Amino acid sequence: MNENEIVWRIAGGSGDGIDSTGSNFTKALMRSGLNVTTHRHYPSRIRGGHTYFEVRASADDIRSRADEYNVLLALGDSFARSPDEESVYGNEEVKPLTENLDDLAEGGVIIYDTGVIDTEDIPEFDDRVEENGWNVYPLDLREIAKEQGREVMRNTAGVGATAAAIGFELEAIEDVMSDSMGGDILESNVEILHHTRDKVLDEYDVDHGIGVPEGEHDEEQVLVGGSHGIAYGALDEGCRFISGYPMTPWTDVFAIMSKMLPDFGGVAEQVEDEIAAASMAIGASHTGAKAMSGSSGGGFALMSEPLGMAEGTETPVVLIEAMRGAPSTGLPTKTEQSDLEHVLYTSQGDAMRVVLAPGDPKEAYEQTRTAFRIAYGYNIPAIILYDKKLSGGLTNLPESFFDREADPSMEATLTEEEVQELKPDGAQDFPRFSYGAEKGVPPRPIPGQKDGRFKTSGNEHDQYGYIDEDPDNRVRQMDRRLSRFDHIRDELNDENHQAVYGDDDAEYGLLSFGSNKGVIEEAVDELSEDGWSVSGMNVSDMVPFDAEGVRGFIESVDRVFVVENNATAQFRHHVQRELAGYGDVMTSILKYDGDPFRPAEVVDAVESAEDDDVETSYNVKIQHKISRKGRGTETVKRLESVQGRGDPQ
Amino acid sequence: MSAFSAIGEETEVESDDYTPKLEPQATWCPGCGDFSVLKALKQALAELGKNPDEVQLVTGIGCSGKLSSYFESYGFHSIHGRALPVGRASKLINPELELIAAGGDGDGYGIGGNHFMHTARENHDMTYIVFNNEVFGLTKGQPSPTSPKGQKSKSMTPHGNAKAPIRPMSMALSAGATYVARTAAVNPRQAKEILVEAIEHDGFAHVDFLTQCPTWNKDAKQYVPYVDIQDSDDHDEFELDDMRGAWEAMRETEEALYEGEVLTGRYYQDERRPSYQEEKMERGDMPETPIAEDYFDESHDWKRSYDIIDKHK
Repeated sequence: MNENEIVWRIAGGSGDGIDSTGSNFTKALMRSGLNVTTHRHYPSRIRGGHTYFEVRASADDIRSRADEYNVLLALGDSFARSPDEESVYGNEEVKPLTENLDDLAEGGVIIYDTGVIDTEDIPEFDDRVEENGWNVYPLDLREIAKEQGREVMRNTAGVGATAAAIGFELEAIEDVMSDSMGGDILESNVEILHHTRDKVLDEYDVDHGIGVPEGEHDEEQVLVGGSHGIAYGALDEGCRFISGYPMTPWTDVFAIMSKMLPDFGGVAEQVEDEIAAASMAIGASHTGAKAMSGSSGGGFALMSEPLGMAEGTETPVVLIEAMRGAPSTGLPTKTEQSDLEHVLYTSQGDAMRVVLAPGDPKEAYEQTRTAFRIAYGYNIPAIILYDKKLSGGLTNLPESFFDREADPSMEATLTEEEVQELKPDGAQDFPRFSYGAEKGVPPRPIPGQKDGRFKTSGNEHDQYGYIDEDPDNRVRQMDRRLSRFDHIRDELNDENHQAVYGDDDAEYGLLSFGSNKGVIEEAVDELSEDGWSVSGMNVSDMVPFDAEGVRGFIESVDRVFVVENNATAQFRHHVQRELAGYGDVMTSILKYDGDPFRPAEVVDAVESAEDDDVETSYNVKIQHKISRKGRGTETVKRLESVQGRGDPQ
Repeated sequence: MSAFSAIGEETEVESDDYTPKLEPQATWCPGCGDFSVLKALKQALAELGKNPDEVQLVTGIGCSGKLSSYFESYGFHSIHGRALPVGRASKLINPELELIAAGGDGDGYGIGGNHFMHTARENHDMTYIVFNNEVFGLTKGQPSPTSPKGQKSKSMTPHGNAKAPIRPMSMALSAGATYVARTAAVNPRQAKEILVEAIEHDGFAHVDFLTQCPTWNKDAKQYVPYVDIQDSDDHDEFELDDMRGAWEAMRETEEALYEGEVLTGRYYQDERRPSYQEEKMERGDMPETPIAEDYFDESHDWKRSYDIIDKHK
């Protein structure tokens, strides 16, 4: 554990208010001048089932969740099913304590609600406490809350106890509480907060040495996640239409947009299925709006067909895909990066879409704006590929980051005056798909514009949009559409979405994509401390691929570790395919247990691969083995040879 | 000033103005009922004085889907079953467009059935023409959702179709459509009148248009003789806004078709229920001016995320 940071975990059952208490506490830490990152763990269940919210707070620059944590507030699961020894689920009530012991640092703090959790039910609890030097604060939070207000306020009691244990001033917490509540409710909560803090300080000699660090921000900060980045990027780029169907984790963006759009002069539509959702975004775009839709894996599968329609009709649209554990329903609330190939290749025919995978909330904002700009500049679908981790993980950004100009412009869309100027004399229809268009992008009129009428079709069509199966027209239209990608690549080069971190002349490289950005950066730092010469590159441009940039990075090092949250090394194979080579210098580090990487796991995998003198064409698979006894998560490394997926010829 | 001057412009149009010079002749088989839909649609829009530039025609896939190629307007030939979601979004972005969606019985009642149900339920202000020929034509004669039970086809059902046909008008009514009619290719005058009414109707207008397929459904009737239930003494009278009366007449009509009697006419018309866009505007979920206009309005005030960032502090 870094001594300059606090990593606090609040654990309970679904429905116990873990998320709101956790994000409020995070805000309080941020307001006190600290940098924060959060991680959310929850089951696919409305009431009950172990869930936790973890915040890491530090005066230093932090980019990832931590390797372990040092303060646990275990509330117990108040919606637990009754314990039954025969059942697969066992005693759910105590899981918010038992399930979190493995990751708790030595010398860490445990605060738990004796009103819900009986440690008698936990095998070898006292032994483990002693062995690990944990500082335990058993408190009847339920009773305290009941006496002072209402039982549901036990979360506040827990926060008060936390403040006592880590020496955090209550003002920041009260401030945040007063943002979301008022009157008697606020009063009772403030009372409970003080009462519990005082009680802990009275009854215990708090001297475990874990304290909240002091920090200061140069300017006011805001707490946002990847979903806010995507939604706000879309709004600032003039997106005024969203359609969708709920599915975790994409629902976050859908919900933010649905709430905002009416006030922004737009329209949000929840519809019958994802086929309708994507088709409606296409219809809205065709009629002149900047429009988006999205889903997670299974819902995105239904969008395969309209995605192809957008490609074929050259209708601009932005789709977003929030990955979660798969296949099928998979792990609905857990993270994974296994839809990369799905998003790259789904829908029939030669794929003609732009795919960007941002690495953090900041990039999510920037790249969503880029996705709209490219989509409406080239009349092409653009996809933002992200995941559950990026979607819900919060971090602080300077408020001024969002002080940006709105840009509703659509470069490849014509005004009525332009339509009339450009329309060939004597033509009845507008040549919407003319062969010779600049950059391969014929600009589009919008229905209702005088003299702009044109056809468009999912069938191959001629320059006016009429169905046409002539081989010469076919080849010319395909070539024109494909020619856009060189121009798009040029534009993306100006933005440089591939984040490089570390020394220029490193011996080893960590290569990853999407939400692993912060993890590989922290892993680079940790490895460097261990004496490694290492640098990292996190890639966002999946299509069109930054072949030059990635090739340059791979060639600058001797050996590359490719880090990704899936079981079949999809990103590594994408790199090999795009670069037609380099399979012999790449080793995969794969994790697919539903949890995001922690920096130490990457470090450990790199070091073990080196120790074992593993041949590069092997995968290092990481798996947590939760031991019921004894402390610590064991990283099980399984080395497997890569079968049949070598470099393309 | 509108960025879309074709909309609402006083226009003198004749039905021939809707004939594309690039593709003046359709490729349908000789004797196909689809020609009648095209003709009736041209006549209806001419009668209503609609400028071809203010009409957005969205079609699905199949012989019927090619309607947009043979009709001069803004045309979106979408994919199988998806004309309705593409079309209804258009109406939310620019409610002043004249929106017509069209497809076949497989397209609308089969693969697009879910969209049909929900578009009717939401009562989007649009006209949906279903070319109902009781068969899949372009893919060569497979049974469709409206094919009669027992119908044999060479390619797919040698022992006859085991499925009972769907009841398209009853479905539209249950789902929430506010204008429901059936017409037939052989009845051009009625077809045009019904399309005029459907287009003028503020809400979801469903027109089940019987279009004989001379190639793959030879056994079926040419939809003659037809009976207009409003003009016939053999059928009970009912008020068009009386759901129960409409229900019974639809049921009778849907069953009669398979017994060789072709009943057509208006079945249901409800002018009281607001269209979906009106409903959304009423709730403050949709701006009063078309969103499509904002992008061309240089004075439009574009709200930014920064305006709402305080809650993240």
